[in-house]
Amino acid sequence: MTKMTKIPVHLDINGHHHDLQLEPRVTLLDALRDRLGLTGTKKGCDHGQCGACTVHVDGERVLACLTLAAQAEGRTITTIEGLAREGELHPVQAAFLKQDAFQCGYCTPGQIMSAVACIREGHAGSDDEIREYMAGNLCRCGAYPHIVAAVRQAALEVAS
Amino acid sequence: MRDFSYLRATSADAARQAAALPGAMLLAGGTTLIDLAKCGVAEPDTLVDITHLEGLDRIEIDERGAIIGALARMGHVADHADIKSRFPAISEALWQAASAQIRNMATIGGNLMQRTRCPYFRDPSNFAACNKREPGSGCSAIGGVTRGHAVLGTSEACIALYPGDLAAALVAFDAVVHLGDRRIPVDDFFLLPGTTPDKEHAIEPGEMITAIEIPASAAARRSTYLKVRDRQSYEFAAASAAVGLELESDGRTIRDLRVALGGVATKPWRARAVEEALKGKVLEPETVRAASLLAVEGAVDHGANHYKIELAPRVVARAILKLGEAA
Repeated sequence: MTKMTKIPVHLDINGHHHDLQLEPRVTLLDALRDRLGLTGTKKGCDHGQCGACTVHVDGERVLACLTLAAQAEGRTITTIEGLAREGELHPVQAAFLKQDAFQCGYCTPGQIMSAVACIREGHAGSDDEIREYMAGNLCRCGAYPHIVAAVRQAALEVAS
Repeated sequence: MRDFSYLRATSADAARQAAALPGAMLLAGGTTLIDLAKCGVAEPDTLVDITHLEGLDRIEIDERGAIIGALARMGHVADHADIKSRFPAISEALWQAASAQIRNMATIGGNLMQRTRCPYFRDPSNFAACNKREPGSGCSAIGGVTRGHAVLGTSEACIALYPGDLAAALVAFDAVVHLGDRRIPVDDFFLLPGTTPDKEHAIEPGEMITAIEIPASAAARRSTYLKVRDRQSYEFAAASAAVGLELESDGRTIRDLRVALGGVATKPWRARAVEEALKGKVLEPETVRAASLLAVEGAVDHGANHYKIELAPRVVARAILKLGEAA
């Protein structure tokens, strides 16, 4: 197996443009964390099972661990670092604080990115719907009741 | 994950040709392929990225049926208003599969190419024997932990379960795979393991799924996908049923019935024996329950998966009766 040469990858992340040289196998998750220092996006299972690496690509929530960085070229990427506006927390971030919706905090960036999309998709209409559409984000501390409460609160605020 | 070269396809034809070369594979949503590359199961030399191709993600619906482009995302199809109203089983199978993030990534064409979740298949460093991975090497699952393995369509070479939900709904309603100009029923697209479990799909090098066509029918319009699993969400099926029902004008005699099973077989499993036993019969709980037992005709268990043989007919019966109540 010959060593693959690096390829140029241009990424648009949180409104900033980045020019990188990457091995083709580098995932968006590893590019964010190891190349760009954007460590808010977490690596949990690295196999698409836990949701800790959830980011938005073209406004939709996806898993950065199963996305090649090269695939994300030409797309608009938003990470947890890009959610707050001018020092003002996003309503979902504020709701997670208000509802005490985390314990260790490791899954929280993924939970919040997922929740923002869940509300935008219109899938936060009831507690049952929130549970179903947030099922791809695991919380080993078991903060689920407070996470549901935070998503419910943020959904009401966004709607009002 | 071993490195590979990356090629971004600029046209469907270029993608097919590039992926026909030895060691090359098509890359769509990546939810199976990148995962399996990390497991050391998939070892591509070249990935041909088709996610930047235009026009292959369309969803077209008219009175004849639906044509869903291969690059349409699972989540978009699940939420499509006309899919929900005319093919509820398709929408339900999709939104009950995986997670919202994975459904935003995974494509409809890629969904058909999803590989088994057999833990022995997924773990080459600990289990060298796997006929699906290495033909002739044996099967680590037979005699192993089999709670999640198939009871229908198995062979002495392989008992790996086909894990998908959508395909069960597709075979129930006679959906057809478009491979460019070639058309093949979804039921024939999936192959039984037999002596060649490494060959799972009737697709050849140089071919690419371009769309899936689902014919309209009264049974598809009155349909559901019932999925029973170990936890309520984000889990593969222990047993599932895609069912469609059309009643005569008397509102109680079965004119058309479609039944397909997920979570129990080596491929999406159409249960025609149940359909034939109930067509023309009055929809009564006892009749339905008796006929549903035919869903697992010929089933063979490997110990820990025996429960599927009891569970599957109950899931089928419950789905049919639920549709019968919803007038």
